[in-house]
Amino acid sequence: MRFMIMVRATGASEAQTRPGAGVEAKVMAEMAAYHEALAKAGVLLDANGLKPSAHGWRVRYSNGKRTVIDGPFAETKELIAGYTMIQVRSREEAMEWARRFPAPFGEMEEGTIEVREVFELEDFEPGTAGAATHEHERQTIRS
Amino acid sequence: MKTMETTNATHRAIEAVWRIEAARVVAHAARLVRDIGVAEELAQDALVAALEHWPCEGVPDNPGAWLMATVKHRALDKLRLDALHARKHEAIGRDLDALEAHITPDFVDGLDAARADDIGDDLLRLVFTACHPVLSTDARVALTLRLLGGLTTHEIARAFLVSEPTIAQRIVRAKRTLSAAKVPFEVPRADERATRLASVLEVIYLIFNEGYAATAGDDWMRPALCDEALRLGRILAELAKEESEVHGLVALMELQASRLHARTDANGRPVLLADQDRSRWDPLLIRRGLAALERAESLGGTLGPYALQAALAACHARAHSAAETDWAQIVALYDALAQVAPSPVVELNRAVAVGMAFGPEAGFAVVEQLSGEPSLARYHWLPSVRGDLLAKLGRHEAARAEFERAAAMTQNGRERELLLERARQMSEASAGGG
Repeated sequence: MRFMIMVRATGASEAQTRPGAGVEAKVMAEMAAYHEALAKAGVLLDANGLKPSAHGWRVRYSNGKRTVIDGPFAETKELIAGYTMIQVRSREEAMEWARRFPAPFGEMEEGTIEVREVFELEDFEPGTAGAATHEHERQTIRS
Repeated sequence: MKTMETTNATHRAIEAVWRIEAARVVAHAARLVRDIGVAEELAQDALVAALEHWPCEGVPDNPGAWLMATVKHRALDKLRLDALHARKHEAIGRDLDALEAHITPDFVDGLDAARADDIGDDLLRLVFTACHPVLSTDARVALTLRLLGGLTTHEIARAFLVSEPTIAQRIVRAKRTLSAAKVPFEVPRADERATRLASVLEVIYLIFNEGYAATAGDDWMRPALCDEALRLGRILAELAKEESEVHGLVALMELQASRLHARTDANGRPVLLADQDRSRWDPLLIRRGLAALERAESLGGTLGPYALQAALAACHARAHSAAETDWAQIVALYDALAQVAPSPVVELNRAVAVGMAFGPEAGFAVVEQLSGEPSLARYHWLPSVRGDLLAKLGRHEAARAEFERAAAMTQNGRERELLLERARQMSEASAGGG
């Protein structure tokens, strides 16, 4: 099972000019240590920080038309500042790793992470082994 | 009712923590008591303590540290008792050495440095001990999944389609064998490191293949073995960063796993590499596989068998379609593989590659040299490859006979269907004036 841990943006993360700018060295060290622990546990698949939305753009689809809108975007809390993809054996394991995620902008600063389960290819094929897989898995974890 | 649910949730949380921490807890205990059987019992005691305390007190902020501290206390208690016992019996030895380890914390490290150990990591010691060549392959696999994967006996039994008591006994015997052989809990010295590492890699790849061969299986636990092997490989790659073959094996597994979803069709029938829908290959795993292969190559020296097989898998991964495959490069890699790990199976694969790169006639010439090979006498891929090359040469009747021969030899029902289907196609082709 794969999960994506997403760090929501903040005003400060949207204003940064280089990775970790404005974030205490302590937080950066905690982040590095956390990701090293993920790697050592063999569960880290991928992790990246994203540049502020000022470097990005959106394409909006509406009524058969496409409009490109350049960043930055105002609704900071809806933006993603970085992500970490992990592969674990159960939902609970993902939850435990998420619980250990460092406060992304410092212990006393506001911050939010969001964890989402990734669709697997089996999920697109109802009735095949995939659906059964998850059911079995749940039962085994309980037993 | 609510309390029941909360308790269940806590139990599942504890189980998750245990899955994350088990190997490290066992390894830490084993460093102190120098016996992985005893270490596992102590680790289980620590788990039981967690199951007693956490549901009422809540899961601690740092559950790993809690478990480590608990297992350490249990280990020291045991060592004190054993030392008392030893003093009574004037039997001084390993246990006292171990006792000294907690009186002088650096003693163990000092001891190992004196033995010219390269790495002092507990986990790495656990890997090497669980995969010690004194154990049978079956025992190594079971012990590795138990101690490093944190799998239950029940799960291992399900994955390998054997009974739970069989696995339980296999693990008990393995621990006893290690104790009886006085296998030290340490990383092997440089002179035996290569062979010991080969033993570890073999175990991980065996676990992977057990899952890979069964991806169409009905029981999720078998395919889950692929994930488990990958996880073990990734852990090992962090522990032994300087070992090219470790990265080679990880690369091989990542690349093979990237094709998991394309290997069977909607009905669970195997799909050959050339016919696979490459959009179903997992790009993230391909990227990870190529990165691991790069690490293996960057460490220098001659590439080992795992890295070479990974390089072969990478050739396929890089091709956007079967037609774009760099077969000449694949032939070159099989040539290299035949140098470091010669085998008739490698030769057979080389024949396929030669056929693709330089035409069916050239490929058939390589295959012909294998016809008398006793180790391939019962190997269905030999007639299957012959059939394929003959078909390409337009010799439909001879090809049909080979496919039928292969179908009669395979143990896999779905593979048999595929081969009989090809045999039928050959009959039609020859009846149609071929």
